[in-house]
Amino acid sequence: MSYVSLSFTVLFVALSIALSLWLRLGVERDIVVAAVRAAVQLIVIGYILKLVFASHRLVFIVLMVALIIAVAAWNARGRAKGIPGAFWRIACGLVVTEILTQAVLVGFGVIPFQARYVITTSGMIVGNSMVAAGLLMNRLRREVENGRNEIMAILALGGTPRQAMYPRLVQAIRAGMIPTIDSTKTTGLVQLPGMMTGQIIAGQDPVQAVRYQLMILFCILAGSAVTSIVIGFLTYPTLFNRYQQLREDVLT
Amino acid sequence: MASRAVELKNVGFETGGLWLLRGVSAEVDVGQTVAIIGPSGAGKSTLISLINLMRTPTEGEIWVLGQEVRAWPVRELRQRVGMVFQSPVIFPGSVRDNVLFGLELHRRPPRDVAELLQMVDLPAHLADHAAEDLSGGQKSRVALARTLAMEPDILLLDEVTAALDVHAKREVESTLLRLKRELGKTMLWVTHDLDQARRVADEVWFVAGGRLVERGTPAEIFNEPRSEALRSFLAEGGEVRS
Ligand SMILES: Nc1ncnc2c1ncn2[C@@H]1O[C@H](COP(=O)(O)OP(=O)(O)OP(=O)(O)O)[C@@H](O)[C@H]1O
Ligand SMILES: [Mg+2]
Repeated sequence: MSYVSLSFTVLFVALSIALSLWLRLGVERDIVVAAVRAAVQLIVIGYILKLVFASHRLVFIVLMVALIIAVAAWNARGRAKGIPGAFWRIACGLVVTEILTQAVLVGFGVIPFQARYVITTSGMIVGNSMVAAGLLMNRLRREVENGRNEIMAILALGGTPRQAMYPRLVQAIRAGMIPTIDSTKTTGLVQLPGMMTGQIIAGQDPVQAVRYQLMILFCILAGSAVTSIVIGFLTYPTLFNRYQQLREDVLT
Repeated sequence: MASRAVELKNVGFETGGLWLLRGVSAEVDVGQTVAIIGPSGAGKSTLISLINLMRTPTEGEIWVLGQEVRAWPVRELRQRVGMVFQSPVIFPGSVRDNVLFGLELHRRPPRDVAELLQMVDLPAHLADHAAEDLSGGQKSRVALARTLAMEPDILLLDEVTAALDVHAKREVESTLLRLKRELGKTMLWVTHDLDQARRVADEVWFVAGGRLVERGTPAEIFNEPRSEALRSFLAEGGEVRS
């Protein structure tokens, strides 16, 4: 597709803006910002990937993946207001997920160790894990806010923070995983996953495209589980102090 | 073992730039019952929550059974110093689950639930009911039974009979007084009920505005109040707001 033919699709943006103005939805500014950001980000990424793919240097792969994880962790941190050290804990969860999934993919020769494969799969897996991390943090906050009295009662009986938090942590981890599980269940029925669609449009055999898509789905499934569990268990202890009290200076 | 159950040494507690308690010094002997009275918002709940380290004193020291609270292993301290909250907390599950909850946390052997329920004047057949369905007064007794099941040496009681009718209140009082008589339990008992304070206490502490304003025997506190604050508090029948 040429830039000229791409430019015709800007009509869709114009249509959205026109609708927003006509119906007074008040989102026209956001639409412009979103469209410009998407265009700039993707075009820049396109050129960066081109460079990285051409260079075949390990350091570029690592840098790209680190950048993806940093941006994802920064993004998910927004859902973790009041939870101390959230950025590093989320980043840690994403790193563990990334290492585990790539170890399996590359280690078992599912994909070759090349930038083209590693960076793209990492982006998809980390992106989904980022959403899981955000949901987990959000739910963890709510669980603690709503369950304050019960948590205090368990602590007052001499229970540990872990005992007080365990059932709530489980709920938060589930909340992180469930959207991924649900969308995996209906995949292919409601919508064709983006990667598969892209491959098919680019001329790949659909059956081949399906194999890649399945691989990614399974990685994403495992990724959301690993991310949620790692971040959940790293985060809940920070809500307590060394005297096993629920900290009052967090989550407020 | 120390004959002092609790010793407060110039204790203060601050949170959010506000001193909720300041300069509290007092002691409780083993086997003694102290009634804590005072206006709403005076700091009574705050005071007892320092004794099982649910809050950490900002200044001063609190010695419990011979050790400073921060030197105790927290799990052990909170098993030996039981606390019943002002608003009862009920966990999902049956009354039995609730009553045995604390023992379960510590993998201690279960106790006879019927006996524990009887101690708080609840019929044994309630054991298998869903605890959520109980009345407010029944819930507060389940919460008390849960703490009693732990057999703590010291009991911190926060308005435990506030939601009860006269009969249940008397039953709970007599259970607690029996525990004190037979097992030498020490109690710090926050109450708005001045007659109850008279009935149960060896000593009464009057807390107001975050300070321990007066302490003495029930006779001294109720018949010869020294401070103006206590006199007006008693004149209003214990209903003054600070
Ligand atoms: N976490 C907190 N942050 C700020 N203020 C608090 C906090 N907890 C309690 N307070 C305030 O501290 C004061 C003392 O509270 P406390 O619960 O100890 O009073 P109380 O004597 O038990 O009152 P009541 O008889 O109504 O139960 C109150 O004014 C309360 O609003
Ligand atoms: Mg109170």
